[in-house]
Amino acid sequence: MLIFEHSESGRSNRAQRVGQSTQPLEEVLAKIPKALQRKSAVQLPALSELQSVRHYTQLSQKNFSIDTHFYPLGSCTMKYNPRGCNTLAMQSGFLNRHPAGSTTLGQGVMASLYELQEILAELTGMEESSLTPAAGAQGEFAGVAMMRAYHDGRKDRARSEILVPDAAHGTNPASAVMCGYLVKEIPTNREGDVDLEALREQVGPQTAGIMLTNPSTLGVFEREIEQIAAIIHQAGGLLYYDGANLNAILGKTRPGDMGFDVIHINVHKTFSTPHGGGGPGAGPVVANRRLAPYLPIPMVGRALRDGTYHYDWLKEQDRPESIGRLSAWSGNVGILLRAYIYAKMLGGEGMERVADYSVLNANYLMRRLEQAGFTLAFPERRATHEFIITLKKENQRLGVSAMDFAKRLLDYGHHAPTTYFPLLVPECLLIEPTETEDRATLDAFVEAMVEILQESEHNPDQVKGAPWTLPVRRLDDVRAARELDLNWYNQG
Amino acid sequence: MSEIPMELKYSKSHEWVREESGVITIGITDPAQELLGDIVFVELPELGSEVVLEGECGVIESVKAASDLYAPIAGEIIEVNEALIDSPEQINEAPYEAWIFKISPASGQGLEALLDAAAYTEMVEAE
Amino acid sequence: MPFIPHTEAETRSMLETIGVEQLDELFDEIPQSLHAAPSADVREGLSEMEIGQLMRERASADDGVLCFAGGGAYQHHIPAAVWELTTRGEFYSAYTPYQAEASQGTLQLLYEYQSMMSSLMGMEVSNASLYDGASALAEAVLMAVRANRKVKSKRVLIPQTVHPRYRQVTETLVRHQGIELVELNYDLDKGVVDPKSLKISEEDAGYAALVIPLPSYLGTLEDVHTLTDWAHSHEMLVVGLVNPLAMTLLTPPGEWGKKGADIACGEGQPLGIPLASGGPYFGFLCCRQSLVRQLPGRLIGRTRDLENREGYTLTLQAREQHIRRSRATSNICTNQGLMVTAATIFMSLMGGSGVEQMATASHQNTDKLVERLSAVEGVRQRFLSPFFHECVLTLPVAAERVLERLAAEQIVGGIALSADYPELENGLLVCATELRTEAEMGRFTTALTRAIQAEKGAA
Repeated sequence: MLIFEHSESGRSNRAQRVGQSTQPLEEVLAKIPKALQRKSAVQLPALSELQSVRHYTQLSQKNFSIDTHFYPLGSCTMKYNPRGCNTLAMQSGFLNRHPAGSTTLGQGVMASLYELQEILAELTGMEESSLTPAAGAQGEFAGVAMMRAYHDGRKDRARSEILVPDAAHGTNPASAVMCGYLVKEIPTNREGDVDLEALREQVGPQTAGIMLTNPSTLGVFEREIEQIAAIIHQAGGLLYYDGANLNAILGKTRPGDMGFDVIHINVHKTFSTPHGGGGPGAGPVVANRRLAPYLPIPMVGRALRDGTYHYDWLKEQDRPESIGRLSAWSGNVGILLRAYIYAKMLGGEGMERVADYSVLNANYLMRRLEQAGFTLAFPERRATHEFIITLKKENQRLGVSAMDFAKRLLDYGHHAPTTYFPLLVPECLLIEPTETEDRATLDAFVEAMVEILQESEHNPDQVKGAPWTLPVRRLDDVRAARELDLNWYNQG
Repeated sequence: MSEIPMELKYSKSHEWVREESGVITIGITDPAQELLGDIVFVELPELGSEVVLEGECGVIESVKAASDLYAPIAGEIIEVNEALIDSPEQINEAPYEAWIFKISPASGQGLEALLDAAAYTEMVEAE
Repeated sequence: MPFIPHTEAETRSMLETIGVEQLDELFDEIPQSLHAAPSADVREGLSEMEIGQLMRERASADDGVLCFAGGGAYQHHIPAAVWELTTRGEFYSAYTPYQAEASQGTLQLLYEYQSMMSSLMGMEVSNASLYDGASALAEAVLMAVRANRKVKSKRVLIPQTVHPRYRQVTETLVRHQGIELVELNYDLDKGVVDPKSLKISEEDAGYAALVIPLPSYLGTLEDVHTLTDWAHSHEMLVVGLVNPLAMTLLTPPGEWGKKGADIACGEGQPLGIPLASGGPYFGFLCCRQSLVRQLPGRLIGRTRDLENREGYTLTLQAREQHIRRSRATSNICTNQGLMVTAATIFMSLMGGSGVEQMATASHQNTDKLVERLSAVEGVRQRFLSPFFHECVLTLPVAAERVLERLAAEQIVGGIALSADYPELENGLLVCATELRTEAEMGRFTTALTRAIQAEKGAA
């Protein structure tokens, strides 16, 4: 049932009353022109508190989540979201701080943000950070806009193209187009590396830069990265790093050392901030010396005064070449606080353990699935923190698709891996276990996959009709798009 | 095997074209509707508007993809198939009957560049 | 090792299965030259207890501040149940609902949110949220340019009474797409755009859209009906930028002018989201039905499953790719799921009457506050016009200096305006929500009087 169906006019939640006014509404609004006063009734549901609480508690119980299920979604890094990060970030001193308030009243949060800036720069082998982008896609936009500002600053107007591997995530070319660039794709070879010959052909004075992920979206390490960097830099272009897969290399190698000029980090992946059913995230952007001047504002700066550090915002006058602001205030501070707390709990040593064990888990899972008869997309390569299996064979022979497998896995109590991305591999499952999963869970996943494979042989309808045990069966997407119903109050 | 009627002409962007007494009727082909999957919405070209050769003049949306419609010839849009607003699935069911729009051509230019059924079939098989 | 469950025995056994002897071998594809030197800071991580001590110290350093500022971020009452429910693991650690069957909780909640938001705005459709109010405005501008087929122009009219930071952010996000933001002046006595000053010449290429705020950044009330009709008569789309709480009492965008606004957007923070130093918040974006295919961001639709039961799913996803290729592109990939969860639960718990009460009490308190502060010597209300829940005062001395003195007393006294509005010399934007008590307003008045006197003395 929808919340609206519990609503009854005349019911209200008296415990939450906020104004004991005896003044009639007309008097309160007396100075506001009648034409600007709302005439129509506000149609929000009228419920008791228990009705609301019960409704949303029950809704929550219909969700899969990391707290309840194994969630091997490739390229999403669904690792445990530590409760301590949440509780400590939600203390009243942090929650009640108005962003326009003097920074003298916010030294606690400012110190934490400053330190996070430093941690991210050090971790990635870069010079400076800006924490303001509110999501990965905003971080990408910032990175490309910074490259543009660099070229424009040198009056190098010939740079009109951004190169992107054909396996790239869709937001990469979209961000490039938003900055006024043309996007050219570079093919990937059979081993999963960018095709160097093709790259050399495409690079020229029109190349503003290249956007890469390493490990790539195919789940393998881009072995020729130093060569790629040399080719691009020699042509006068720049390198942008999409930090989606940073989990695999944390503490092991640094994008700055690989030759990247600017990076964005997805703290909702690598730094375990909550996915929240689709956000909020944060996409801090980190740059080397060449691109640091263009970082978005505001950033946190500090000065020594009478023996203590004082933190303050660096704004337009402090960073005159900045690409500007991306949000009204300074980004998703609450999320950044959680990322900071997580980073402090890991320490330098803990960062390396993240890479160690996410890669261990992925390789273990990959080997076990291979042994169980599944086809790896890149059998000769090491898995990084994720890997791809392709169900093309099973699809041709048995008629079951990667989507069918994904849906049947839900019945086995596992969230499905990422399906149909990257687009280059047909019927693929991109699997990322993360470091916080124990071996028994991985084994259970393998068992489930094996059982589903057997079901596909002997009882394929069981797989094709899945899921069976969830609150709903498969949903009619066509109907959803053709008979658009987006608003309970507008059923016409 | 997709249907590709002999008497029609075809564009490289998968539209079929019929010429009758100076009016050009356009729809999308059977291979096109198969690729798109279930069509959920058609953004019809604007009645009375002028289009250029190969100009974008509408969108066909399925659950999987949103595909632009291109004008195979320059001219004025004189009629659009409003039935598709409520029943876009007609394009899936009968792609060569579910015409989408009609153009009154500015000149004869453009028609010669279109493919005949054999050439279009070749193009589809190569893809 | 925090959060890593493996024992040494398990690790050994797993390595054996993989067929290597050491964990390091799993990284042998990384060129030697790229192997990182051990971090200069190879400190052990802090335990929860240790980081707890540090963070409690920092939080308490920031605590106990009295707030009279608004400017797009407001301190309102938030029922306890809102965040207790929102931080349940099933909401907190769930992913984007791509596997719809496994995410019916989130999806149904988002559908409820879309419905409630549409209703509040008097519009037909809402998306499932964007990052914040500033980027929502940017997306609304991109959308208006995309959608306006009648006008080829990529120019958009935007009053100076719109939040300065929102204008800056919009400019940053649209500048490389050939879109020009043209600012409209406002009347210096009334603090709103004077519709009589609007003129478009015959030769003018026209504008794709007009942005109208309600209330404005300055708390004033634009003449939304006249402006909307004027814009429509010139084939512009109208983008309403509004405070969602205010919409319970003021006329919502769907009811502006003869035809209503085409797009409504703004900052959703007042609906159950704490101030939190400016984020995370969420932006909302609504429109009329005919523009739904131009809406960026996620959309949740109601449909049926194989057994004809009601269910909810992400819909119109193909259009997202298409929007990324068309006349004005958007790259947005996410929504603010957790914040929208909180806002939806907030709206349920408060109900229409509760939200209306909150808006009323905020307006009343601001009224009272302005009355009291105007009684302080040298302080007066800047604009001779109605305001809602925020108001510009002119002080006899620089507002920035006064705010510094107030900060020393743990009071955030408002927002100084002269940096963004040089014409509003000594301007201070103040706001009082339903939370502010008589005693607090009294304390603020006394402190402000003292601060002004001290400033005058120092001059």
